[in-house]
Amino acid sequence: MPRDIVLRSFSLYMSILVFTLIILVGAFIAGLLGSLTGLGGGVVIIPLLTLGFNIDIRYAIGTSLVAIIANSSGAAAAYIKEGITNIRLGMFLEIATTIGAVAGAMIAVYFPTHWVAILFGLVLLVTAALQLRKKEDHLEVANGDTLAGKLRLNSSYPTSEGEVHYSVRRVPGGFLLMLLAGMMSALLGIGAGAFKVLGMDHIMHVPFKVSTTTSNFMIGVTAAASSVVYFQRGYIDPGLCFPVVIGVLLGATLGSRILLRSATGTLRMIFSIVISILAAEMIYKGIKTGF
Amino acid sequence: MRLKKRIQDVDMQAFIGKMLRTGVTLSACVTVIGGLLYIFRHNDIVPDYRNFTKVGEQYISIVDILKGVSQFKARAIIQLGVLLLIATPIARVIFSVVAFLMEKDYLYTIITLVVLGIICYSIAGGVA
Repeated sequence: MPRDIVLRSFSLYMSILVFTLIILVGAFIAGLLGSLTGLGGGVVIIPLLTLGFNIDIRYAIGTSLVAIIANSSGAAAAYIKEGITNIRLGMFLEIATTIGAVAGAMIAVYFPTHWVAILFGLVLLVTAALQLRKKEDHLEVANGDTLAGKLRLNSSYPTSEGEVHYSVRRVPGGFLLMLLAGMMSALLGIGAGAFKVLGMDHIMHVPFKVSTTTSNFMIGVTAAASSVVYFQRGYIDPGLCFPVVIGVLLGATLGSRILLRSATGTLRMIFSIVISILAAEMIYKGIKTGF
Repeated sequence: MRLKKRIQDVDMQAFIGKMLRTGVTLSACVTVIGGLLYIFRHNDIVPDYRNFTKVGEQYISIVDILKGVSQFKARAIIQLGVLLLIATPIARVIFSVVAFLMEKDYLYTIITLVVLGIICYSIAGGVA
C-alpha cells in the first residue's frame, strides 16, 4: 500500500477518534459544571457544540436533549429515595411541561436557526440572572389554594429538624410558567430547570429543596416528549450522541459526588459570568449569520 | 389507612428510583459498546456536522435500527442506547399509571394518563 494512503487514512482515523475524545472531554466538563451549579448540562453543551465546534444547532439541540434525559433520570433516582421529590406535584405539572414541549418541537420547524441562537442567548442571560437570586424558602404553613388542596399537592419533606409540612399556592400561575418552561426546553434543547424552579419556588411557594428535586424529576419526561419528535426528524446523530451523552453523564455523576454542600457561592458567581459571555456570543453569532 | 397509603407511596418511590437507575445504566452500557465499535471501525468517515442533513433513515426507523443491531452495526447500537434512554422516563410514567391505580388514587391515574397521552401523540409522529 502506498505510504501516503496509509498516512492519509491514519490522519482521518485520528480525526474521528480525536473529535470524539475532545467532545467527550468537553461534555464531561459541561456535565460537571452543570451538576455543581445546579444548572444542568444543556446550557453549556449547546454553546460548546455550536460555538466551539461549529456544529449545526439542530444537531446540538437533539443531542443535548438526550444527554439531559440521562442526567435527569440519574439524579432523580437518587433524590426520589430521599423522599424530597413531590411526585404528585411533578406529575401534575408534567401535563404543562409536556404540552409545552410538544408545542415547542412543533414550532421549531418554523423558527430560523439564527433566531434559535439569539433566543438561546437571551434565555441563558435570564438563567444567569436567576442563578444569582437569593435562595430563601417561602414556607406556607397556612392552607394553600383550594385547587392545591383538591389536587393534594400539599405535602411534607424530611429536613434535619424533622418532617416539615408545606402548602402550595397559586397553582394556575405555576402551571402557566411550566408551559413556557416546556416550550423553552424543546426549542432550545435545555432542561429549563431554572424556569421550573422559579415557577415552583417563587410562584407556588414550594420549599427550595423540593422545587429543585421535583424540577429534576420533570426534566426527563419533558425532554423525552420533544426528543421523540427530533429523533423522527433526524436531529439525533449517533456519532455525536455517544461522546455527548456519556461525557455529560460521567461529569454529572462526578459532580453529584463532590457536591458537599460547601460554599458554592463563588463558583456560582464565576459560572454566571461565564454563561453570560457565552450568551453574548450566541446572540452575536445569531445576528451575524442571520442578518 | 393513612399509614398504609404512606407505605405504598414509599414503595412506589423506591421502585421508580430503581427503574430510572436501571434504564440509565443499561442504555449507557449499550451506547458505550456501540461507541467503541464506532470509533475503532469507522476510520474513513469524517463527520460533517456544520451543515444539517437529516440523519439517515437507518438510524431513525426502529425496525431498521434493530436490523442494524442484529448485524452488529456500531451506529445502530448507539441509537438503540439512545432509544432506551428516551424510553426510561416514559416507562416511569407508564409505571406511575399502574401505581396510582393500585393506590386507588383515580385523580392521579387520570393526570398521569393525560401526560402519557401527550407523549404518545408526540411518538405517533403527529408533530414530526
